[in-house]
Amino acid sequence: MDCLCVLPFLGEIFELKAELNSDKKEKKKEAVKKVIASMTVGKDVSALFPDVVNCMQTDNLELKKLVYLYLMNYAKSQPDMAIMAVNTFVKDCEDPNPLIRALAVRTMGCIRVDKITEYLCEPLRKCLKDEDPYVRKTAAVCVAKLHDINAQLVEDQGFLDTLKDLISDSNPMVVANAVAALSEIAESHPSSNLLDLNPQSINKLLTALNECTEWGQIFILDCLANYTPKDDREAQSICERVTPRLSHANSAVVLSAVKVLMKFMEMLSKDLDYYGTLLKKLAPPLVTLLSAEPELQYVALRNINLIVQKRPEILKHEMKVFFVKYNDPIYVKLEKLDIMIRLASQANIAQVLAELKEYATEVDVDFVRKAVRAIGRCAIKVEQSAERCVSTLLDLIQTKVNYVVQEAIVVIKDIFRKYPNKYESVIATLCENLDSLDEPEARAAMIWIVGEYAERIDNADELLESFLEGFHDESTQVQLQLLTAIVKLFLKKPTETQELVQQVLSLATQDSDNPDLRDRGYIYWRLLSTDPVAAKEVVLAEKPLISEETDLIEPTLLDELICYIGTLASVYHKPPSTFVEGGRGVVHKSLPPRTASNESVESPETAPAGTASNEQPDVIPTQGDLLGDLLNLDLGPPVSGPPLATSSVQMGAVDLLGGGLDSLIGGPNFVAPPAAAVPANLGAPMGSGLSDLFDLTSGVGTLSGSYVAPKAVWLPAMKAKGLEISGTFTRHVGSISMDLQLTNKALQVMTDFAIQFNRNSFGLAPAAPLQVHAPLSPNQTVEISLPLNTVGSVMKMEPLNNLQVAVKNNIDVFYFSTLYPLHILFVEDGKMDRQMFLATWKDIPNENEAQFQIRECPLNAEAVSSRLQSSNIFTVAKRNVEGQDMLYQSLKLTNGIWVLAELRIQPGNPSFTLSLKCRAPEVSQHVYQAYETILKN
Amino acid sequence: MIHSLFLINSSGDIFLEKHWKSVVSRSVCDYFFEAQERATEAENVPPVIPTPHHYLLSVYRHKIFFVAVIQTEVPPLFVIEFLHRVVDTFQDYFGVCSEPVIKDNVVVVYEVLEEMLDNGFPLATESNILKELIKPPTILRTVVNTITGSTNVGDQLPTGQLSVVPWRRTGVKYTNNEAYFDVIEEIDAIIDKSGSPITAEIQGVIDACVKLTGMPDLTLSFMNPRLLDDVSFHPCVRFKRWESERILSFIPPDGNFRLLSYHVSAQNLVAIPVYVKHNISFRDSSSLGRFEITVGPKQTMGKTIEGVIVTSQMPKGVLNMSLTPSQGTHTFDPVTKLPSLKGTVSLQAGASKPDENPTINLQFKIQQLAISGLKVNRLDMYGEKYKPFKGIKYMTKAGKFQVRT
Repeated sequence: MDCLCVLPFLGEIFELKAELNSDKKEKKKEAVKKVIASMTVGKDVSALFPDVVNCMQTDNLELKKLVYLYLMNYAKSQPDMAIMAVNTFVKDCEDPNPLIRALAVRTMGCIRVDKITEYLCEPLRKCLKDEDPYVRKTAAVCVAKLHDINAQLVEDQGFLDTLKDLISDSNPMVVANAVAALSEIAESHPSSNLLDLNPQSINKLLTALNECTEWGQIFILDCLANYTPKDDREAQSICERVTPRLSHANSAVVLSAVKVLMKFMEMLSKDLDYYGTLLKKLAPPLVTLLSAEPELQYVALRNINLIVQKRPEILKHEMKVFFVKYNDPIYVKLEKLDIMIRLASQANIAQVLAELKEYATEVDVDFVRKAVRAIGRCAIKVEQSAERCVSTLLDLIQTKVNYVVQEAIVVIKDIFRKYPNKYESVIATLCENLDSLDEPEARAAMIWIVGEYAERIDNADELLESFLEGFHDESTQVQLQLLTAIVKLFLKKPTETQELVQQVLSLATQDSDNPDLRDRGYIYWRLLSTDPVAAKEVVLAEKPLISEETDLIEPTLLDELICYIGTLASVYHKPPSTFVEGGRGVVHKSLPPRTASNESVESPETAPAGTASNEQPDVIPTQGDLLGDLLNLDLGPPVSGPPLATSSVQMGAVDLLGGGLDSLIGGPNFVAPPAAAVPANLGAPMGSGLSDLFDLTSGVGTLSGSYVAPKAVWLPAMKAKGLEISGTFTRHVGSISMDLQLTNKALQVMTDFAIQFNRNSFGLAPAAPLQVHAPLSPNQTVEISLPLNTVGSVMKMEPLNNLQVAVKNNIDVFYFSTLYPLHILFVEDGKMDRQMFLATWKDIPNENEAQFQIRECPLNAEAVSSRLQSSNIFTVAKRNVEGQDMLYQSLKLTNGIWVLAELRIQPGNPSFTLSLKCRAPEVSQHVYQAYETILKN
Repeated sequence: MIHSLFLINSSGDIFLEKHWKSVVSRSVCDYFFEAQERATEAENVPPVIPTPHHYLLSVYRHKIFFVAVIQTEVPPLFVIEFLHRVVDTFQDYFGVCSEPVIKDNVVVVYEVLEEMLDNGFPLATESNILKELIKPPTILRTVVNTITGSTNVGDQLPTGQLSVVPWRRTGVKYTNNEAYFDVIEEIDAIIDKSGSPITAEIQGVIDACVKLTGMPDLTLSFMNPRLLDDVSFHPCVRFKRWESERILSFIPPDGNFRLLSYHVSAQNLVAIPVYVKHNISFRDSSSLGRFEITVGPKQTMGKTIEGVIVTSQMPKGVLNMSLTPSQGTHTFDPVTKLPSLKGTVSLQAGASKPDENPTINLQFKIQQLAISGLKVNRLDMYGEKYKPFKGIKYMTKAGKFQVRT
């Protein structure tokens, strides 16, 4: 009222004010309607607050609703006035009409004023237990609203427990809303275990799923997706009950159901009939999503992109539905194109290419470019089609449409790299279009081609010289490429091109401000002037082949994203932790950024430096470092060793190029091949939901834990100001733990315990902080089991199983080291199949074999086998040769190293002969010790 | 969940905003306007736009952008489906969904939106229930309301809201009991230069208009249910019964609804009911070209093809066309370069440079025919005593039907 004077539509406000205070109901209502209308278009009518609130006490429901609408909008700006409304709210919450009770509690939750929320608690508590389900379901949502305003209040008042009880409500709609509210609260409170799912609650959810509204079904399905079934049978029964949702008309329900199925399918054995049925059932709903509105199509396509990468078999026959219609919106077109390439195979490549060629003549420039690029990707993906692709690209170059030509040249460069010395005959055609190239990427690609094939192009020097004229106007990409290409040319035809190379080197080193360019120039210059032979080895080094895999999502990330089907994460193809604000604290570790190998595929620049880093995984083993071996040679099946021939050349390159590249080689952690990532995660609680699944399935079968040594004193009290630590290591159903006994032998109380491990050979690290709940008083002893994982940093120790530990308390920090028995690292899925065992045994060179004697062991073959099995040493086969029992056994370490064993037992002779074969022979000694400990205790 | 909703017209004015949680400043739409500017056409605005603190999900229908603002991880399909539902509801309430109509009924719109979402959670989205809560405006009701002082907000809890059949209200009464079913099939196809189909699929729907008294329980059976292997149902259809007997058994909602939609995919043979012969060429030397199109029926099972419209977008270089149709009419729009022809046409056009080949879009209708061959066998009603009037209609239409040249 006092602020009215500043309002621009003063007259209008006065008029409304008068009408609001009118005695006639009808007039009042019309006035409130006008107020609401002004509000919706963004006019500020907050000055009318007291007048509008005065209209609240009415039995006219429409008027009441309108006033409530107004209140929700403006209460925040007039908190003191809003209090005036509280009484009416509280009264309405007692109204006999459930509609009014629900409306009151609903509106109160929307008023974000602290003073009001205080009054909300009592009515809300009543409404949560209301006899009418409509009120209960509204109240459930209200808890989420209140939590958003004042989380502490909700917890203190015990609303969360009431909400959890609502999951077992008799009305499916109430269940769905409770699930939705809990999910929303859980998102802001990741640590709290709100949605504590167990088979009983799952069953309730599944029942409610059939009966609640479509939106409720989405909430329930999303909630189900977070559950981890205890075994494959439970997974299958959930899948069976979820599949009918695939025929729902609401596409969000369909996609949420797909998520649940994709996730739980992971647990089903592929031999199961049901697995095949499920695969078949998934295709039609996904195809149907593509006939929906374009916006829905877009989200569906982004998700299908993930599904196709994870399980290509689902849609492999559905290529045609991804063919682009000419009036699709551009965002749909681009996505369809991407999926077409992913589905391209030898069987359908002809059709795909014909389509792509068609697209390349369309109007939209972005789309045309991507289509041309797609042709290149097809060539790289499907080898048989390469020739066809190249000729298609040549046809397109003939059209002389500028951007088509440029794009075609960029992809032809990639094809050259994939199939060297095969299609060089087309170079002449490419050279004809030299003048029309104006985009840096195309120019760089062309220069790369000229440099790479300088010996076959008669006028290569002229061509490159023509580029050199405008050297300073070129983009960095082109400059770098030109420098490298001319050096290549010089090395191939030294006689005619000396002048040219001098010119480019001086341009790069003296006239350029770009440090990359300058440094590269200097390196070449020095190389060429000191040792031309070395220069040749560096610059003309054999390049690694590029593969189609470059655009695929990394498997671990893909697995994580599969858990997020239907969410924004699946649209962006990024885990939610990287972009959702405030984070859903479940910290899914972001994966290391894509390494250099990807970039070098896309652009030929940085040829020498790029190649060095590409070869990275191969470079390290040649250093003879055990660590490298541990990490690299863990592929169970025999694979051919690293291509030593090329990597030795690369080694030279690395040395020559000096320390600057060290960082490229990076920590050894990066080297772990992705194929091993999943099994190596065993026992790592940090893994994504999917790797947890693996844990469970592989854990089935071995229920008894492995042998546990008695506790030994690790840190005597003498050395640690009165703290004595003794302990041992255990492994039980896939998880490793360190059982500690802390004794306080000092005279003062000890508190603030913490533990840390030094880097060690197998990356053992505490999976949780050391929890000593109460302070440790003098002469008191406490037993703690500290869970461990194997995802810590790795450093080779001497001896291999040495573990250096630091323990801190309020007094000081103490260090000790201990040796852990290797068998705690034997994983549950260490059983190799027979064929594989034979092949691997043969494949490992004989010098890696080590023989040991196990003396004084009174057991027979059966007992030995079963005892070893309980420690995850699996008997693959048993034979009886000349009265001797031969046991063939396999085991696998947490980092994926396989150890193969042959145990010879002669009846009556307590001495056994153990032969071990392993790609990393260093571990044999310790495996033998593990055998000794297990068998003799 | 859904935080706010903005309605934006094609000239970029925000003409309605609704917040279900705290108020989000409308400046968030600037990110949307940026994307809109970048996209050449309204249809090409990407449906998901990230901004530093929010995500904007939009749908474009009836020349209006419906932009939802969300702040946390919410399934985008959920939001988009909901937005489509909002559009459908407006259309249901006001007959058309357009800017002037929404502006005229802004209070009803606001009330409806408030009923549809609570704190971002869907509350009542079934039009049956909504209409009981908030009565759609009609001229008669406005008059009655002003005279009697009654309201258009229902003060009874809608009966369907919590029952096991939330889509149907109780106490429905009609003097004429009737149930109509329309089987409508759309052919999506891409035909290549030589006239053979590259892809062809059928998107079919069965739309129903059911006006029956009481709580009827209907069953609908097909002559050839095998055709339907990829279906999505209205929630009222009992899935178990379909799985085991291939019969649609349901308690229908009152009024108009989509009973099911289905998809007959490329694997099955899809008959293409028309052929298009074309000869479009541009000559480099002269500024003239040729444009000839002939459309004719094939495999129509004796039915006539009606309402044939041929549209084709000419390359930029085309200045004008002079066309002679053998039948029907034609137009050429020099702005969008769209000639639409009916019948047989031949023409010459002034072309400066032939860059791309125009694609021909075809629309047509065939009455009394479902091209997939789907046929309803019988419709039975249980639960009520009267005899309803039943009707079934078939129609085939062209969906996205395009011919490459």
